[in-house]
Amino acid sequence: MQFNEPAGTNLFDSATIVGKDHTRIDGPLKVTGAAPYAYERHDVVEGQLYGYPVGATIGHGTITAMDTEAAKAAPGVRAVVTTLDIDPLELGMNNVARLFGGSEVMHYHQAIAVVVADSFEQARAAANLITVSYEEGEAVDYSLDAAFERMEGTGEPDTQYGDMEAAFSDGAVTIDQMYHTPGESHQMMEPFASIVDWSDGGDLTGWISNQMINWTHGSLATTLGINKERVRIESPYVGGGFGGKLWLRADTVLAALGSRAAGAPVKLALPRPMMMNNATHRSATVQRIRLAANPDGSLRGISHENVSYCLPGGRGENATAQTPLFYASEAMHVKNHLAEMPLPETADMRAPGEAAGLMALEIAMDEMAEALEMDPVAFRLANDTQVTPSNPDMPFSERHFAECLEQGAEAFGWDSSRPAPGSRREGDWLIGQGVAGAFRGALALPSGARAAIENGKLVIETDMTDIGTGSYTILAQTAAETMSLTMDDVEMRLGNSAYPVSSGSGGQFGAVSSSTGVYAACMALREKIAQQLGLEEATFADGQVGSGNERQSFLELDVEAVDSIQWGDFMGEFQKATFGAHFVEVGVNVYTGETRVRRMLAVCDAGRIINPVTARSQVIGGMVMGVGAALSEDMALDTGRGMFANHDLASYEVAVHADIPEQEVIFLDTLDDVASPLKAKGVGELGLCGVAAAVANAVYNATGIRLREYPLTLDLMLDQLPEV
Amino acid sequence: MPPPIEFQVRRRTLLAGSAAAAVSAGFTGKAGAQSGATPAGSETTTVSLTVNGEAREVTVDNRTTLLDALREHLQLTGTKKGCDHGQCGACTCSVNGNRVNSCLSLAVMHDGDEIETIEGIGTPEAMDPMQTAFVENDGFQCGYCTPGQIQSARSVIEEIRAGIPSHVTGDLTAEIAITDEEIRERMSGNICRCGAYSNILAAITQVAEESA
Repeated sequence: MQFNEPAGTNLFDSATIVGKDHTRIDGPLKVTGAAPYAYERHDVVEGQLYGYPVGATIGHGTITAMDTEAAKAAPGVRAVVTTLDIDPLELGMNNVARLFGGSEVMHYHQAIAVVVADSFEQARAAANLITVSYEEGEAVDYSLDAAFERMEGTGEPDTQYGDMEAAFSDGAVTIDQMYHTPGESHQMMEPFASIVDWSDGGDLTGWISNQMINWTHGSLATTLGINKERVRIESPYVGGGFGGKLWLRADTVLAALGSRAAGAPVKLALPRPMMMNNATHRSATVQRIRLAANPDGSLRGISHENVSYCLPGGRGENATAQTPLFYASEAMHVKNHLAEMPLPETADMRAPGEAAGLMALEIAMDEMAEALEMDPVAFRLANDTQVTPSNPDMPFSERHFAECLEQGAEAFGWDSSRPAPGSRREGDWLIGQGVAGAFRGALALPSGARAAIENGKLVIETDMTDIGTGSYTILAQTAAETMSLTMDDVEMRLGNSAYPVSSGSGGQFGAVSSSTGVYAACMALREKIAQQLGLEEATFADGQVGSGNERQSFLELDVEAVDSIQWGDFMGEFQKATFGAHFVEVGVNVYTGETRVRRMLAVCDAGRIINPVTARSQVIGGMVMGVGAALSEDMALDTGRGMFANHDLASYEVAVHADIPEQEVIFLDTLDDVASPLKAKGVGELGLCGVAAAVANAVYNATGIRLREYPLTLDLMLDQLPEV
Repeated sequence: MPPPIEFQVRRRTLLAGSAAAAVSAGFTGKAGAQSGATPAGSETTTVSLTVNGEAREVTVDNRTTLLDALREHLQLTGTKKGCDHGQCGACTCSVNGNRVNSCLSLAVMHDGDEIETIEGIGTPEAMDPMQTAFVENDGFQCGYCTPGQIQSARSVIEEIRAGIPSHVTGDLTAEIAITDEEIRERMSGNICRCGAYSNILAAITQVAEESA
């Protein structure tokens, strides 16, 4: 199916299932422990052995020797494979650091050996017997501030228009500040885990935990140097990803190599303390933002430069991603820099770019509102735009940012009189409110599915994954709606490389892309059904097909169709994005500076909401991650060793129950007929965008202390708290 | 009686001191390694457990945690391994009626104990009220922390009703009310990275009210 023009009126406009609340169809399996995750597939193959990884303990350098004699002689050990035993493996799609092979250490905890044994305990004990000699690389300056100073003003701007010099002169109100965001780790609850059967070194089957089946299918073949046709992978249940499981990772490679060496299937999970430094993370950023505005609040100039770190060839964290698209401005200068550093790989984490960028930009907007003596909601409204700021000929397909702000202010009880910072106190707590805008692009990728009638059921097969996002449920809703069936008539099969290639789960593109792919397959199935029954002008309603008054059920047929959605060029004439506004109230302890979030509201403009239940969970989950980003998450870099020291869940502090207050979500349900036939866009990353800045702005409103460095810990505030 | 300090100390503040220890654990190539010396006694032990009402006997490596005995030996994989260090709560199950982090407990310590796992609470066809409430309130997303959350959730209601105080309990002499604050505090050992906390709170509150 081609999507070549804006969706006109279609079946989703009179939907009875799509757009309605539906609890998760995979829910009963998940709450009873019956949904099998990757490491738990006792049922799929006999004779599984246990693998345990060994990670490098230097930041970068070369391995000169590895002694595996004791490990090989340890009880129960079946095989030991070290990185020195094999040539460097090819890099899979978007892998920057080598996953295994060769003597070069590119980052701390890079996988350098796998031990396979009869039991987990034996494998772990033997792994600890391997000794490694290194030649450490030269000392490195890990200062991102120094990198920013070096790189600021260099290179071709990514976006540049208007007269920046004029914008910042002649009576303009200006601000000019530096902002710091820390490295962040996905820390999904299910570790990277795989069972791989490559016992004979021929055909390979992997039961893995991965967001992107097709990408990883190809990467695994590339990395191991085998034909893709010989590889099959399954990932029906994924215990969270947040971008960390977009790519092939070391767990699958080590399990495969261990399996070939031991001649038996091998299961391997990365130990939690190895995840942070072995796998990918969101880079820290240093950002300088300069804003110039007219006294009426209209922006004259925006300058945003950012630096993040990455390994050579990496992507870092482009914190300027939203800036060219979010606010109107007469002139703009935007530049993203990458500083190469031998640190664990930086790559996509939920809302890559915007998450870190809005943490800074939305504080800057708050600061400018204050400089203008304007209400921050009104200031943002004054700079809303319906067209691309740098290209007025390119409109947004749909943009309802202003409604997000206005409805949010109303629902939240926003105090537009803005009492002076630090002036509201309840007991030991200083109370403040903060607001921030949210922006995240609306990507769509080609996505396919197979729809078939089998044994009286509508079966949908696609390699799409459900990483907690609700794919099982929303795809079943889409299929049931399109075929005029009930949810009980649909059987969903996901996450298998044997099924048609989908968009996969990432970048907020999963729901819109895969639901359209299922729609395409179901429309193809409708045609096949009509053909088989010899019907012309067939209509589908109430679980029956027919033309005129001749109606019949079609669930007795044996029929199938495969199709995919391809996105047309006309979409390039529009900017597609999602928008939101976050409102937060905090209390800051007047003695200790401890911040407690008291209530939160998100208003989202993200097209048709396919299932308000699962979409709301996505948004509140993003808000929770935003509270962590604001108040506690911080990958602590050991600048001597080039590693992150707080690499477990005791010391890398994500938000827990006690950190999360009352949360409210409002969906505008603004249909976007350029975005997809369902007029839907993604929402899973929007919920995170801007949250941390709303918290920071609320802390400022509560205390009068302006923090531009995350996390907003009490030590940054103690010496500035008001007298008590 | 007023609480000793008026502000709340968060759980991980107390654990911060363990960070340095975690850095050196496991991956230095030496730390925790055992010499090749032969152990003095048997390396395995046969343990009798009652699991979900059924008598089970398992022979385990003495180093096997209760969690791995359940997941790998008895193939009851509903109890999850999130961190294996007692930091996330995914492995929470019930031992003799009390919730424990099963990753922090060796199987050999549980001879004769009664274990209840998520599989013993309900099935997809016949769910326990707390499991139903989690589905109805969408108290999960990826589902990996969920069995542990449900185990803790059931225990939290019992612990409050049994008068066991928590850090946020104001009056230790009065009957403890099941408040949002009490539930959040007592659930804070169970991390949900998908961030379903508000919905989990709603599910627990629903069950508490229905069973009041």
